[in-house]
Amino acid sequence: MRVRRGRSRSSPRPLGSWTTPWIYLAPALVVLGGLLVYPIYQLGLISFFQYTQAQVSGGEPTTFKGFGNYAELFSDSQFWQVLLSTVLFAGACVVSTLAVGCALAVLLTRVRAVPRLVLMLAALGAWATPAVTGSTVWLLLFDPDFGPVNRVLGLGDHSWTYGRLSAFFLVLLEVVWCSFPFVMVTVYAGIRAVPSEVLEAAALDGASQWRIWRSILTPMLRPILTVVTIQSVIWDFKVFTQIYVMTNGGGIAGQNLVLNVYAYQQAFASSKYSLGSAIGVVMLLMLLAVTLVYLRLLRRQGEEL
Amino acid sequence: MLRGFVRRPWRLAAEASALLIAVVVAFPLYWMVLSAFKPAGEIESSEPRPWTLAPSLDSFRRVFGQQEFGRYFVNSLAVAGTVVIVSALVAFLAATAVTRFRFRFRTTLLIMFLVAQMVPVEALTIPLFFTMRGLGLLNTLGSLILPQIAFSLPFAIWMLRGFVKAVPDALEEAAYIDGASRTRFLWQILFPLVFPGLVATSVFSFISAWNDFLFAKSFIISDTSQSTLPMALLVFYKPDDPDWGGVMAASTVMTIPVLVFFVLVQRRLVSGLGGAVKD
Repeated sequence: MRVRRGRSRSSPRPLGSWTTPWIYLAPALVVLGGLLVYPIYQLGLISFFQYTQAQVSGGEPTTFKGFGNYAELFSDSQFWQVLLSTVLFAGACVVSTLAVGCALAVLLTRVRAVPRLVLMLAALGAWATPAVTGSTVWLLLFDPDFGPVNRVLGLGDHSWTYGRLSAFFLVLLEVVWCSFPFVMVTVYAGIRAVPSEVLEAAALDGASQWRIWRSILTPMLRPILTVVTIQSVIWDFKVFTQIYVMTNGGGIAGQNLVLNVYAYQQAFASSKYSLGSAIGVVMLLMLLAVTLVYLRLLRRQGEEL
Repeated sequence: MLRGFVRRPWRLAAEASALLIAVVVAFPLYWMVLSAFKPAGEIESSEPRPWTLAPSLDSFRRVFGQQEFGRYFVNSLAVAGTVVIVSALVAFLAATAVTRFRFRFRTTLLIMFLVAQMVPVEALTIPLFFTMRGLGLLNTLGSLILPQIAFSLPFAIWMLRGFVKAVPDALEEAAYIDGASRTRFLWQILFPLVFPGLVATSVFSFISAWNDFLFAKSFIISDTSQSTLPMALLVFYKPDDPDWGGVMAASTVMTIPVLVFFVLVQRRLVSGLGGAVKD
């Protein structure tokens, strides 16, 4: 790679000037600047103001509140409860998704073409299912009156969405169902990319299956595992649709709220836009921290950007 | 690849469990389609059966009749289609810039694209709501298209990098020696070569645009003729008394385009993901 770069630098391209890459980048930068960077700035700004329905309609002037919204948020016990359940719920989703995805990726390498294709197609189906659709289908499967699951398990008319934990568990099942395929396919592609000579050489040298896994595959797969872990953390931390649909907007008395749904409810249901923005800023900072860890891991692995 | 080392009974056991798991994974989809075709009495029965002897199209008729479902379908298709095409073109240009040129701030930009992927889109609903209101785009499909393009771009650029990089430099030099202009190289040589990568990338933009529920719910507030499918589906889903037949028929209609798209690009998707993460 280094060789190639040296060559391209030494051979000047026709019409080449420093402006060309920027012309190519211009559309992307305009879109991202206007619809990503500017909204982030605005989000921060709104979170420092008093901004409710009265201000939106122009009835009252917007007033600067400093950290007032944050003070209100941090003194609200519901916020801390929602934050805690968000972290625990996302953590449980990430761990289950990775476990299922990796286990099935390994399984895929152990079977012949037909079972592999069947499992792959089933997983692609789950992956392709839109979140809203997946949520309603899982609700029907676990419906106390008409669902097959309760009949098979002999649970009578037990309601899964009534209890706090069982409602979270049901959402977790749906989230894992629709997000394990990404992990499975990616890790499977990674295992396939390991040269078979390496594995054969190890087997000839008398390495056990376990040893091959621990000493060859795990280190070689580490970059891929990092990518899927970080992606899962990001996706599961911001689950919105599933919670919103399956627990009907956050569960009984808000028992199943996660940060995203909480921010939405504050902003659009209660018209407390500034409070919703403050929650958004908290989420943004938490995910930024995850990103920094990720960047550091990439650096340590010597990844070239 | 590991197959050679696995003994036979173990392989049979593995294959049996793979098939069993496939059945479990596919079951919700099967149940969705099945419930969509069941006649009204059979869905709302306390003895749910995994088959139906009297398949009916009643639920589909209700879905397409009661609501302007066809219109929502077209709206969804328009949003997802525009997002896929625009973001693929914009991402292609940007990926070319960051892989085939060396310039100042290149690494900084790449890190920015990476960080941009992590931004919780949902947290930006509030400021975007005011931006869209300012632009007069509330209640139009534009308010759904614009943010989706912005949010699918960073990932698309990141993923396309590997594909653009894979086109050998020698090819580019040969094209210039033969007198091709930069624009001509870009669109007539590079673009077709990177096309498989664009397809793999499009899957992600298509899905996120097709699935979008939050923006549709927040930005399309009064003009229901601009609704998209996820909103329409929830019309049938009233938490206290859901019309399960209608919900499942609408879900089936909503899932099929994505399934078709996925199966069509399946091979490219797997190799694309492998390429993107290996790189």
